[in-house]
Amino acid sequence: METDHDIILENVSFAYKQNKILEDVTLFIQKGEFASIVGPNGGGKTTLLKLILGLLKPDQGRIRIFGEPPERARQKIGYMPQYAPLDMNFPATVMDVVLMGRLAEKTLWFSKKDRSEALAAIDEVGMTGFAGTGFNELSGGQRQRILIARALCSRPAILLLDEPTANVDHETEVNLFSILQTLNAKMTILVVSHDLGFVSKYVKSVICVNRKVVIHPTTLMNGLLIKDIYHGDLKMVRHDHRCSHEGHSHD
Amino acid sequence: MIETIQALLDPDNLFLRYALVMGGLASVSFGIIGTFVTIKRIGYLAGAISHSVFGGIGLAIFLQVNVGLSWFDPILGATLAAVISAVIIGLVSLHAKEREDTIIGTLWAVGMAAGILFIDRTAGYFNLSSYLFGDILLISKKDLIFVSCLDVLVLGLSILFFNRFFSVCFDSEFMSLRGLNTSFFYLLLLVLTSLTVVLLVRIVGIVLVIALLTIPSAIASFYAKRLWQMMLFSILLCALFTSTGLLLSYALSLSSGPTIIILSGATYLTLLIFHKWIKN
Repeated sequence: METDHDIILENVSFAYKQNKILEDVTLFIQKGEFASIVGPNGGGKTTLLKLILGLLKPDQGRIRIFGEPPERARQKIGYMPQYAPLDMNFPATVMDVVLMGRLAEKTLWFSKKDRSEALAAIDEVGMTGFAGTGFNELSGGQRQRILIARALCSRPAILLLDEPTANVDHETEVNLFSILQTLNAKMTILVVSHDLGFVSKYVKSVICVNRKVVIHPTTLMNGLLIKDIYHGDLKMVRHDHRCSHEGHSHD
Repeated sequence: MIETIQALLDPDNLFLRYALVMGGLASVSFGIIGTFVTIKRIGYLAGAISHSVFGGIGLAIFLQVNVGLSWFDPILGATLAAVISAVIIGLVSLHAKEREDTIIGTLWAVGMAAGILFIDRTAGYFNLSSYLFGDILLISKKDLIFVSCLDVLVLGLSILFFNRFFSVCFDSEFMSLRGLNTSFFYLLLLVLTSLTVVLLVRIVGIVLVIALLTIPSAIASFYAKRLWQMMLFSILLCALFTSTGLLLSYALSLSSGPTIIILSGATYLTLLIFHKWIKN
């Protein structure tokens, strides 16, 4: 069972002070999955990512990434944060930013191999020739692609992205998701997104997060409307129960 | 101008040469640490460290005069207070997310107040303004040795851990995901900042520290595309401001610290307006 699932959460609960953010979450993510995490603000999407990354510890339950605790598996996870907290006037070139993905416990300076891996990652996101450009000279969408390259350059088996398409135009969004679709051939991808209608054209399943977590495959979508926990802004998701053992009900 | 050069060569004016050499040497640490402080936006933390240094200076003077510990030099007191407050402030900013500014503001004020109370209880007259606003007359050969050692330390650690400090400033969450100890490098950066602050106190005084730490780097950030360029440019600017400011203050019989600050502040504001104007 554990072998064909990259990520396993069993009965995981997490509370911030008195507020329960996630409650009794059981989630199995298959190898090669491409899933979008959706849900209302404050519903626990980022918390779920941070639990998988081991940045937060669950109050109850068990999390395994490749059968290991999250802290031990981190090196195999590529992570792209929301770019809001980064200082955009930071004096760094594209190369400087991407190379950060090659940092490891014993790296003091970067080797030739680190540089060639970084260049390959820049190519992979379609930004060839930008290595020497200042990070602050890029457009919003280009920065997102560079942050994806930074996550890629450690050659991860899982890629986690937090709202990669916030604040970018539609064309950029299409571009980013086609890059992700290509990458999905090599790795499992989880992406937090606010725009399910758009994302569902690309992803294989949708993970709904609002204190409880439910996963739906997108393959059999037929326009069924689900209002309850998502207050009407979640459309086109079929009620299949692929991931939780007992299935689920939206009550 | 000629008079200033003559003054420099005058053997009686040894202090002026010391001050210039001190300014030049210290600029190396200022430029490097100032760049980290600017990009990590911890100027406020540096301010708190520098004000708590006054508590250490007060304690040292108190111990020297009242207790008879003549080896307890004010610069030793300043260094101890700076390092201790850097560690406390660092731990506070890492762990006490909500009350961070209140706690740091309190340390800032308590450090100053403790210094004044120690001096109240010490017999004799002390020229407080030399600590608050700097005094080049206080600079001795011992200070030059201290600043050289600090330069070696700051330069060595910055080169060795360049990529560590770089990533902890740019995106420390990502760095911890790569399995690196972000808290350690953040605290190390603050301790280096605190040692640099002690040097700054000698030159421009406690109150003006933040300005000389951040202004050269802020100007450098207009032109630098990469971190090391920003550092190099900050070092040169800092050396330029301190030396010009020192000579100007000597020629015009003004206090050295405030002259240096006015000079660098005016340059920064002029360039800032110029750059905003060009952009529009």
